[in-house]
Amino acid sequence: MSPPLELDYIGLSPPTAAAAAGRADDDLKGTELRLGLPGSGSPDRRPDAAISTTLELLPAKGAKRVFSDEVALPPPAAAGKGKATAPADGEEEEADEEDKKVAAPPQPAAKAQVVGWPPIRSYRKNTMATNQLKNSKEDADSKQGQSFLYVKVSMDGAPYLRKVDLKTYKNYKDMSLALEKMFIGFGTGKEGAESRKDGEYVLTYEDKDGDWMLVGDVPWEMFTDSCRRLRIMKGSDAIGLAPRAGGKSKNKN
Amino acid sequence: MRDAEEGSESPPSQMSGDGPGGSGGESESDRWMPDLRGGNGGGGGGGRWAPPDQVLENVLESVLEFLTAARDRNAASLVCRSWYRAEAQTRRELFIGNCYAVSPRRAVERFGGVRDVVLKGKPRFADFSLVPYGWGAYVSPWVAALGPAYPRLERICLKRMTVSNDDLALIAKSFPLFKELSLVCCEGFSTHGLAAIAEWCRYLRVLDLIEDYIDEEDELVDWISKFPESNTSLESLVFDCVSVPFNFEALEALVARSPALRRLRVNHHVPVEQLRSLMAKAPQLTHLGTGAFRSEPGPGGVLSVSELATSFAASRLLCLSGFRDVNPEYLPAIHPVCVNLTSLNFSFASLTAEELIPVIRNCARLRTFWVLDTVGDEGLRAVAETCSDLRELRVFPLNATEDSEGSVSDVGLQAISEGCHKLELILYFCQRMTNAAVIAMSKNCPDLVTFRLCIMGRHRPDRITGEPMDDGFGAIVMNCKKLTRLSVSGLLTDKAFAYIGKYGKLIKTLSVAFAGNTDMSLQFVFEGCTRLQKLEVRDSPFSDKGLLSGLSYFYNMRFLWMNSCKLTMRGCRDVAQQMPDLVVEVMKDHPDDEGEMETVDKLYLYRSLAGPRNDAPPFVNIL
Repeated sequence: MSPPLELDYIGLSPPTAAAAAGRADDDLKGTELRLGLPGSGSPDRRPDAAISTTLELLPAKGAKRVFSDEVALPPPAAAGKGKATAPADGEEEEADEEDKKVAAPPQPAAKAQVVGWPPIRSYRKNTMATNQLKNSKEDADSKQGQSFLYVKVSMDGAPYLRKVDLKTYKNYKDMSLALEKMFIGFGTGKEGAESRKDGEYVLTYEDKDGDWMLVGDVPWEMFTDSCRRLRIMKGSDAIGLAPRAGGKSKNKN
Repeated sequence: MRDAEEGSESPPSQMSGDGPGGSGGESESDRWMPDLRGGNGGGGGGGRWAPPDQVLENVLESVLEFLTAARDRNAASLVCRSWYRAEAQTRRELFIGNCYAVSPRRAVERFGGVRDVVLKGKPRFADFSLVPYGWGAYVSPWVAALGPAYPRLERICLKRMTVSNDDLALIAKSFPLFKELSLVCCEGFSTHGLAAIAEWCRYLRVLDLIEDYIDEEDELVDWISKFPESNTSLESLVFDCVSVPFNFEALEALVARSPALRRLRVNHHVPVEQLRSLMAKAPQLTHLGTGAFRSEPGPGGVLSVSELATSFAASRLLCLSGFRDVNPEYLPAIHPVCVNLTSLNFSFASLTAEELIPVIRNCARLRTFWVLDTVGDEGLRAVAETCSDLRELRVFPLNATEDSEGSVSDVGLQAISEGCHKLELILYFCQRMTNAAVIAMSKNCPDLVTFRLCIMGRHRPDRITGEPMDDGFGAIVMNCKKLTRLSVSGLLTDKAFAYIGKYGKLIKTLSVAFAGNTDMSLQFVFEGCTRLQKLEVRDSPFSDKGLLSGLSYFYNMRFLWMNSCKLTMRGCRDVAQQMPDLVVEVMKDHPDDEGEMETVDKLYLYRSLAGPRNDAPPFVNIL
């Protein structure tokens, strides 16, 4: 793996003028959540993209290379498809053919995990993970031998947390996509005027020492070794990364 | 008391009295009236005689009380208008397999005397993180409608629904006679909601929480203390998925004052010392979920295996589960009950074959067995040799990844088929399989109703011949004449689906992943599986053509789910336009250019009398 690139953290890039104009027309767009990661800029928004509320962890087009281990820029049509089952036509045929050629030889070690496959309920996965983590706590060793690594993910404003298994991701891109999917329901304007102006969210994590760090600075392996939990913070709070006291809003529906 | 285990389904039904396009079937016969000229009056109406219509209806209602199966009731409701009315007044259990198929208002308007409601929400693939968070299936509008309409409601069972604490509080306060609450794979609530149920449902008999996602971040509420202080009517208390700590003393006291308690499943915070105490207070228990099954020494010191064995010997247990964090040294303690066990769930216990086999060898009466693949082919051989009465087997993977070692294979499946001829349900995760083993099972286990084989490596062929797995699954559909549920995996071509379409005449649920070559596969299934209700497909090369081949069948199905196939917006729009009583939901991962050839990542379509729902989140596009 190549040594990590030096990156500038841009983070709170202001929305483009076109987007700002577009926002005035469409409430929904105005509450769109954006997750800005180091080095990423806001993509242009199209005024007629009516149903487009997402946490855009990665812009669809024009992404700068943002992570040290990102190998190549994906084509726009398949942008952000971190999972192995890329539905873009060309890619899928390739993948199918590859799979069929391979009868039953040993697979390369880091085969990308597919979302939801094998089909085990997340309840079962989480329970098994808890059991095994408990047992490994008794060993003094680190978690290297384990096949999973669950950490909590919180998002400011969300009524409850989720858990993700960092081992199911190969790199930051995979993880960002998965988190985006997981919290996709939160961009529905509950927050109010504040976030409309400044809809950027920032992904941070708590490391072994208890410090809150920005996701993306270190190589992926180092990150998974030291990450204890994740938090999607409002961009306005991320300046200086001062840890926030208390307060997840208890938003019950 | 129902045992709502994972995967079990109530008898399938729908409100088919209301077929798409209007109310239940009517005929001319309700216009005919017998001539009842009696002493004083003319025929029909007035005088001493009740109108014949009314007499008939009263008689009918008394008779229909005895009809319980939903399918029979649906049929009865189609006979004529007066039968429709009579059936609607006497239906006690309302089963709604898709909460968006009908509006709460409509359900409540039709049925007058419902006591029991079953509601299902999200599509099953939501269990595997394929449905984004916030998709829907909110129970709130249902509770709001059921409350005023059915004050005598006794039972609610929800599966894959979003349930809030407020919903639970409203349930608790709306139904003074409430008896049973069963939540399976639900989310959105916490111990606050449970406290409301415990406190307000004074006649509660069943509180079953099965594989729910409990919000842990609220301040914990001591919900167990909220049950009535007098003797309770509790028969079943299942809360192993409530993974937060709870007040054990309160549970002990509750168990002691619940003489009817038969089923108790605790969470993993209960060590064997506490388990023993619970068993002593409830000797009448027949179903026990054992919590952690390891020691956490208290003031009394460490519990010995023989002391624990004494507790089990004194019990009347038939079903054991739990073993969440099992210390294998304590396993022998259950030997005294093994001979009586009909159900044993070790699927959260990472035990080796050496540890499991001695237990298995004692369980001659076992009918249901859930276990991890650490049991190995050897362990499955022991099951086959001992458990000749086995009806249900589920083998789950310890490491749910495609390239893990995998300890069970075709060898284990073959062994099971040779020993367990009465098998009705099998769920089997493995890394290696052969057609021969599957064919053997199809011949040795003719009573199979559910066959779910998951070869975890995608597109993996027969490990010996290198052939696709077509013939194996073909044999299953051909030989297992009672088969209603099938999940396929491994390398599969269109040929497999040709078999399924040709022979799978009773199949109601079909799950497909990484399979098939062309759209013909879908066409075979739609045209051949005349009883198909639920089709879920992922990552298979099916395009709009395949989708459209199902047009004339979609109204007969509860739903179709397809993700990561080759569908486009044009195809989905075509379906939506041609089928007005279908709701066609399309979900994308990212907002791309809008256009007719745009690929669709997730499609979920279902028949509905309610039209497009108004609670869809922004990432759902309803066509």
